[in-house]
Amino acid sequence: MLNLNTTTKTALLVCAGLILSACSSVPLDEPKVKIEDRSTGTSSGNQTQVTQTAVTDPLNDPNSPLAVRSIYFDYDSFVVKAEFNATISAHAKYLSANPGRKIVLEGNADERGSREYNLALGQKRAEAVRKALSALGVTEGQMEAISFGKEKPRAQGNDEAAWKENRRADINYK
Amino acid sequence: MAKKLSAALFGILLLLPVWAGAQLRIEISGVGKVQIPIAVASFQGEAGVPQEISAIIRADLEGSGLFKLVDTGSSATSLNETTPVNHAEWKNRGADTLVSGSITKLSDGRYDVRFRLLDNVKESNLGSLSYAATPALLRFTAHQISDFIYQKLVGEAGVFSTRMAYVAKQGKRYELLVTDIDGHNPQAAVLSNEPIISPAWSPDSRKLAYVSFQTGKPVIYVRTLSTKEVIPVASFKGSNSAPAWSPDGKQLAVVLSRSGLQQIYLIDADGSNLRRLTTSNGIDTNPTFSPDGRHLYFTSDRGGSPQVYRVAPSGGEPERVTFSGDYNVRPAISPDGNMLAYVARRDGRYRIAVLDLSNRNERVLTNSANDDSPSFAPNGRFILYETKNGRADTLAIVSLDGTLHKTLPSVNATDTRDPVWGPFFKY
Repeated sequence: MLNLNTTTKTALLVCAGLILSACSSVPLDEPKVKIEDRSTGTSSGNQTQVTQTAVTDPLNDPNSPLAVRSIYFDYDSFVVKAEFNATISAHAKYLSANPGRKIVLEGNADERGSREYNLALGQKRAEAVRKALSALGVTEGQMEAISFGKEKPRAQGNDEAAWKENRRADINYK
Repeated sequence: MAKKLSAALFGILLLLPVWAGAQLRIEISGVGKVQIPIAVASFQGEAGVPQEISAIIRADLEGSGLFKLVDTGSSATSLNETTPVNHAEWKNRGADTLVSGSITKLSDGRYDVRFRLLDNVKESNLGSLSYAATPALLRFTAHQISDFIYQKLVGEAGVFSTRMAYVAKQGKRYELLVTDIDGHNPQAAVLSNEPIISPAWSPDSRKLAYVSFQTGKPVIYVRTLSTKEVIPVASFKGSNSAPAWSPDGKQLAVVLSRSGLQQIYLIDADGSNLRRLTTSNGIDTNPTFSPDGRHLYFTSDRGGSPQVYRVAPSGGEPERVTFSGDYNVRPAISPDGNMLAYVARRDGRYRIAVLDLSNRNERVLTNSANDDSPSFAPNGRFILYETKNGRADTLAIVSLDGTLHKTLPSVNATDTRDPVWGPFFKY
């Protein structure tokens, strides 16, 4: 889900660059590629290279383990389950290899219970993921653990399926 | 009195009259057992006046659950604050007490509002007052008259002229609002496309602390209502939440996750002088000061389940306060410091409970499933809280004796939530 979001965001950025260049009124022989470069964050190259960079960054590869950005938790639990070990290590490895990259760990809680306490529960989930990444060598400066509590539910229902979806910490690359 | 009133009116004027979308409508589902019979005659000259003073007074008194309105009948149409009345006749109609008055437009555009409160049983005049009010302040004047009547007949301060703050949510639009306690007269304080939670009144009622997700994470701000000035008070790494004012208004207790899990810190109201107060391996949140400033009540899961504890603001070993059940959070303390209200999970339902701190007697006041955010009226008689109406968050009031239950359903916002009752005006 979040993987899709990020892919979409990247696609939008590329599109925005294309639209910007398409809309600009500069003469046709001006180096339009520079505008596109800035919008995608690459330092050099032409349109072809931009596309290549977007694909070769494993963060943007939907088949990479990095595509998993959500860690789910059991009811009233704040333990990162073994099934997410591969995800955690993939992100730890990527962040260690790319010390310039930063993430925000966003904890969430289901809707049951008091607002501020649920904010604390979401923080506990984000913190659990932060600790797991830290243990694998990710530096503190690359991570910030925050909580949305029950204020930004991804699933809107009031049944177990929705609650399960909302007991979650997301890894959000900045 | 007049000076005090005009100062309070001036305070209200400082709130710029921003139109705000959310309006509330009151529904009463329970009333007090002992009610004072009262007749409130229409004020002479009130036809055509922007606010129907007598109707506001009637709604205030009836809405408190402590009064029973008696029909004034057709004979009262010409009553004002000086008309001689036949006490026995009114008493026979069931009106132990009678309010009458008049409204006259002054040459400067203000209204001269006068009233008299009569005791028909003792055949005595309990008092009369007059106010000069601008059209915008007529509602406030009516609430002040209700407070006067309440004070004379119930024997404690009325809270009809107090205000509340709450968050109205409509789609992705969040609005922090300040309204009269009857839900009228909304003033928009903060508007955002990201969640706003945890509003808290400064003790002088001039400022609101709150948490906004505007920057992508919870950050604590303080807004001065008159100037609209907003300052970020706590924007540390991690989450910044649950602000609470000290009784002198000079500092805030805040909840920060900068060291890992959420812990309680104290910070000066300008955002300086941060110091950590609690240290646990779990969650410490929901700080609230006792009115005398000697204790800070808060929620902690240090004992395994979330319970209310208290600690001296100077530090020391926290003392556990709640013991029944496995979930007691979000404490609020009564103005006299004797009663503690909190959200108690009982049989899987989140309800509002009160604990008498003198005898440890706990009572669960509400019977709903998703209650939150209790706060006491400044006279200690009522608790304002958040409940559910179907899937929508709704405001509600319950009296401490459990006899009055009323909901304040929102008319045109999907959700109204996180209410907090404002203090008496202190000017």
